Amino acid sequence: MSKSLRNVLIPILAVILGLIVGAIIMLISGYSPILGYTALWNGIFGDLYTIGETIRQITPYLLAGLAVAFAFKTGLFNIGVEGQLIVGWFAAAYVGFSFELPMYLHIPLAILAAGLAGGLWAFVPGILKARLGVNEVVVTIMMNYIALHITNALIRAIAGKDTSERIHETASLRNTFFEEITDYSRLHNGIFLALIAVVVIWFILEKTTLGFELKAVGFNQDASKYAGMNVKKNIVISMVISGFLAGLAGATEALGTFEYVSTKGGMTGIGFDGIAVAILGANNPLGVIFGATLFGALKYGSLNMPNEAGIPEEMVSIIIAIIIFFVACGFIFQLFLDKLSKKKEVK
Amino acid sequence: MEHVIEMLNIRKVFGNFVANDNITLQVKKGEIHALLGENGAGKSTLMNVLFGLYQPDGGEIRVKGKSVNITDPNVANDLGIGMVHQHFMLVDNFTVTENIILGSEPTKRGSIDIKTASEEIARISKNYGLDVDPYAVISDISVGMQQRVEILKTLYRGAEILIFDEPTATLTPQEITELIQIMKRLIEEGKSIILITHKLKEIMEVADRVTVIRRGKGIGTVNVSETNPTELASLMVGRDVEFTTEKRQSNPKEEVFRISDLLVKDYRGVEKIKGLNLSIRRGEILGIAGVDGNGQTELIEAITGLRKVESGSITLNNKDITNLRPRKITESGIGHIPQDRHKHGLVLNYSVGENVALQSYYHAPYSKAGVLNYKVIYEKAREIISQYDVRTQSEYELARALSGGNQQKVIIGREVERNPDLLIAAQPTRGLDVGAIEFIHKRLIEQRDNGKAVLLISFELDEILNVSDRIAVIFEGEIIDIVDAKHTSEQELGLLMAGQKLTKDSTVQSLQKEGE
Repeated sequence: MSKSLRNVLIPILAVILGLIVGAIIMLISGYSPILGYTALWNGIFGDLYTIGETIRQITPYLLAGLAVAFAFKTGLFNIGVEGQLIVGWFAAAYVGFSFELPMYLHIPLAILAAGLAGGLWAFVPGILKARLGVNEVVVTIMMNYIALHITNALIRAIAGKDTSERIHETASLRNTFFEEITDYSRLHNGIFLALIAVVVIWFILEKTTLGFELKAVGFNQDASKYAGMNVKKNIVISMVISGFLAGLAGATEALGTFEYVSTKGGMTGIGFDGIAVAILGANNPLGVIFGATLFGALKYGSLNMPNEAGIPEEMVSIIIAIIIFFVACGFIFQLFLDKLSKKKEVK
Repeated sequence: MEHVIEMLNIRKVFGNFVANDNITLQVKKGEIHALLGENGAGKSTLMNVLFGLYQPDGGEIRVKGKSVNITDPNVANDLGIGMVHQHFMLVDNFTVTENIILGSEPTKRGSIDIKTASEEIARISKNYGLDVDPYAVISDISVGMQQRVEILKTLYRGAEILIFDEPTATLTPQEITELIQIMKRLIEEGKSIILITHKLKEIMEVADRVTVIRRGKGIGTVNVSETNPTELASLMVGRDVEFTTEKRQSNPKEEVFRISDLLVKDYRGVEKIKGLNLSIRRGEILGIAGVDGNGQTELIEAITGLRKVESGSITLNNKDITNLRPRKITESGIGHIPQDRHKHGLVLNYSVGENVALQSYYHAPYSKAGVLNYKVIYEKAREIISQYDVRTQSEYELARALSGGNQQKVIIGREVERNPDLLIAAQPTRGLDVGAIEFIHKRLIEQRDNGKAVLLISFELDEILNVSDRIAVIFEGEIIDIVDAKHTSEQELGLLMAGQKLTKDSTVQSLQKEGE
């Protein structure tokens, strides 16, 4: 069996098996899997509106997954995508509602602000890791809480309430064409931003000397140092770029989906799901498209399961988790396929 | 004499690759039986079949005359087969005893009975003259001692037949001598040993018989007493091999590299290089001989910019390169074949081509404005692959997939092609077979003949004597003497390496002692 065919086959098999196990759980709990999955399907592809919303949901996952994957390529585990996203969201919204600028300046400025805020948030664990060898996992987790509560405080201080004012039209990623063809879903131009980011990151990693250094440092710090690379600098650069991407994910929420920023009772979850997205995509920028699509579609589509099939939300979470679990265990299928092809050889 | 192990017509196939093609190996009781072959000849595969890690596709294994089916290492253990791996399988922060009983912990009322086990281990250790402290923590003891723990582990589990996989690869000359004594002691106690190696000298020294394999095929078994290293080498490689590389008289020119009063500390702040002086001229190879741990590592790291120089100076072409960044030093004209090719020399998960570009990716023609030109990179890689005889499927193959010798050729190709004024070669042939060693020595001498300076650091006296023009002996961070390679001997170097500068008479005396 060719390698490329196998790479496609394994995730498909995994999704199917996940669906089957999910169905069994629904059956045991007394719900109809057919009704349940119909509701899931309709929730994702049911009509133009849901398709638009599904793609909208995929957008921040793409960027968050990309952020995790990029850091991972350099051997860093960025658990702080969540916090970097939150500060990015705030920064984009702040620029969006407090400045009055022409659109061609306003949108780039707001996006840049979000990226820089995220990058700054990742710079802290990056420099601590590079200079003092502090574990980036611990620092990034703590930075998430700092991000959450500082932005909450800032929003209250600026707006005097829990929700900021709306961003100006000139900063909005709204796309009227998208709205018309998707029955007025919230699908916005952020998807282009995300896809461009995928291509840019792929290019950096695969084609540039920067990517060459970052990956070398990720694989073998000693050899990188010996080859004259500045390992510390590369660690910081990698974290900052990762944080920049996470900040962009926040920008798509601030300028596209919500067009404002509000205080949060807890984490958004997108940053953490980004870890799963990156792993599903094998930390490969193009793989992240697959991971984000699967994650976004299931997340958004499953919202329809309680309404249409009467399955409780908790049950829905379990089923979605199982499907993702099976996809993540892709290697099981690898083994299975290996055995299958071996048997054929014997014959 | 009866055979304890018989592997008859063993065949093992991986995909389309025949790793073992009907190899027969018969080991007599109480002998040291060497298994000789180049890297990748199929020695490890054969031993993994015997140890139950692989299932043979054909052939028969008999232990003490009985046909057996070794399905996994536990079966091998039960049959009295123990393996001393090349890369030790030890938990670093466990004690010797804890490591040895790991997997079959003896218990007393539900808790592990360390005391009884330690006593038993101490008894076995004494019996075989291993001198291992059962309560020592692995990370605190030397590599040679760790290997003895591996030996103890197999003995503790009742092994009768011990397989040693390249046991001397990581040992110092001193430790090798001790290991050889241990092996002889094991034989006296009635054990049998299979010694996997590609070092002919060791075979001549300890083995009774030797089975040679070449490219997966058994070439035959000979008595060591009836053969010689030259014959063994040509059996192994399939052609005649030269041990001493032919070289012209050196023709040294002006001085190119100088170290003055160098002082370097190790990571604990201990002075490892204490006022070292050295100078190398164009067109000569300076060998540095010394026992491991006398400052060789720190010296190389200081020259290449990986370690801070406390005081003193290093100059290349009359330019001060002391404490510059590694890249500045490389650019000033130093090439470096590092001691540990996996740790420093290569990014194993990068392709051969990417590794070829590892030192030069950032400038033209390999990249332009930060964008890599893979076409040029892979072209260069193909050039090095063909010029340096790197056996690889392609330039896109991961460095990880290459054998040690071929990995080393990639590094040498990369460094030599950069045309450095000074080439530092640290243990350049460690773990390689005779064919690869010959090739690498030739390349070093070629550099010399092209008017470059070469600094060779090696723990192998043979290599130092064979390749160098002048030999500097390092002892406790200082060069205690510099001798002419043509007018010295292994014996003289050995004494210098031990820190002794003796008169002729006492040299003879201590030689006699050594010979006893």
